Amino acid sequence: MKRMLGLLLVLLLSVGVLAGCGGGTEKAAPEANATVYKIATDTTFAPFEFQNDAGKYVGVDIDILAAIAADQGFKYELSPLGFNAAVAALESNQADGVIAGMSITAERQKKYDFSAPYYDSGVVMAVSAANDTIKSYKDLAGKKVAVKTGTEGATFAESIKDANGFELVYFDESPMMYEDVKTGNSVACFEDYPVMGYGISQGNGLKMVTDMEKGSSYGFAVLKGKNQDLLKMFDAGLKNIKANGKYQEILDKYISAK
Amino acid sequence: MELGRVFVEVNPLLFNGLWITVEVTFLSLLLAFILGLCSCFMGLSDKAPLQWISKMYVWLIRGTPLLVQVFYVYFAIPQLFQFLGFDLRFTPFSAGVITLTLNAGAYMSEIFRGAINAVNPGQMEAARSLGLSKWQAMRRVVLPQALRICLPSLVNQFIITLKDSSLISVIGLADIMYQAKIYVGRSMESFATYTWVALFYLVLIAVLTKLANTVERRTQI
Repeated sequence: MKRMLGLLLVLLLSVGVLAGCGGGTEKAAPEANATVYKIATDTTFAPFEFQNDAGKYVGVDIDILAAIAADQGFKYELSPLGFNAAVAALESNQADGVIAGMSITAERQKKYDFSAPYYDSGVVMAVSAANDTIKSYKDLAGKKVAVKTGTEGATFAESIKDANGFELVYFDESPMMYEDVKTGNSVACFEDYPVMGYGISQGNGLKMVTDMEKGSSYGFAVLKGKNQDLLKMFDAGLKNIKANGKYQEILDKYISAK
Repeated sequence: MELGRVFVEVNPLLFNGLWITVEVTFLSLLLAFILGLCSCFMGLSDKAPLQWISKMYVWLIRGTPLLVQVFYVYFAIPQLFQFLGFDLRFTPFSAGVITLTLNAGAYMSEIFRGAINAVNPGQMEAARSLGLSKWQAMRRVVLPQALRICLPSLVNQFIITLKDSSLISVIGLADIMYQAKIYVGRSMESFATYTWVALFYLVLIAVLTKLANTVERRTQI
């Protein structure tokens, strides 16, 4: 038993030392055209990233990334890992960048460098389409509300839950959050506006009863101090596709203007 | 170092979750033990329908992933009942206990069956020839020996179920894993947080193993 504990300690210490090293070993700047950048994204965050009927990943994020890569002439490999896993991959250097409808927040800016915002979003509440009793945040008193871990929706719900007296239940993925509301385990959920709008148009069985809360903007993220050339190319490319109309074309394709 | 700072922040959260993890696991294992024994006896009975039910149950549970079972119990079954007009709803806790009980019960059923078959048939014959009924012989002679034989496999199943309980966090059960995921979502400190989560489970299982070893030593002949 003692020996086991000793071994465990050694393991933990070595892990700590390795973690400490991470920051110091900066890779030499790679040649822009030779490297294939690994970009991580969410599994399903429609209309930003989702699989179409043919099983191919499409969406605002995916198309913007493709357009920018074409504009700037860099190669990339896309891996849809799920939001939390994508961020973890970035942190452990398994991925060079993350594009996953990621809101630019002060907290995240401590750890990541963000591109210029490529989409202005906000948070909205949704309830089951069959529900007629929830009309405002006040009606949530004493009820359960579903949110997705690490999202702006969760942060917003956390900020108003005490004032309105509701309880939060956290899920990993949006579809599970919707299911929880449809089943009636939770009465409402909070989600980014474009995502909820798209989900409702696709028949996810929910409806919006409140207006969008003005929220943050989405940005492309790299680990702080790393892959700066990739970030620069993203910003330059974004400016170009906004100028040549490609950017608006992509938005119109996925998010219908009301 | 990050590890220390994260520990200070995440430790109270993980302790909140620890209690739920222990509660869900303990309750599920207790019920699964009973369910497993029932299913095992049904499987060993000479009545074909009982045998069939036991076989179906084990086949169904062993043939589907636990994650699917969790979703099924928590989302699909209530919606099915609501469709039929009943207002059935589970809390994440009850859905977790139901799923883990069903899951561990199937594996325990097979563990018990193997152990009972491992007891020398001569034991049953001897007991029967002394005038005990089949049920008496099973309860007083075969089963005590079988339980001793299956103890290591049973402990193994306990450990597996304890770890499997982390999967229930996907439906919002506030266990260790759930607390960790919320913290990671907020702080983005995935590496350090999961290191502490691993340690929490390691300690829990070390305690469980120690307990099991004591029981095993005491039941030795």
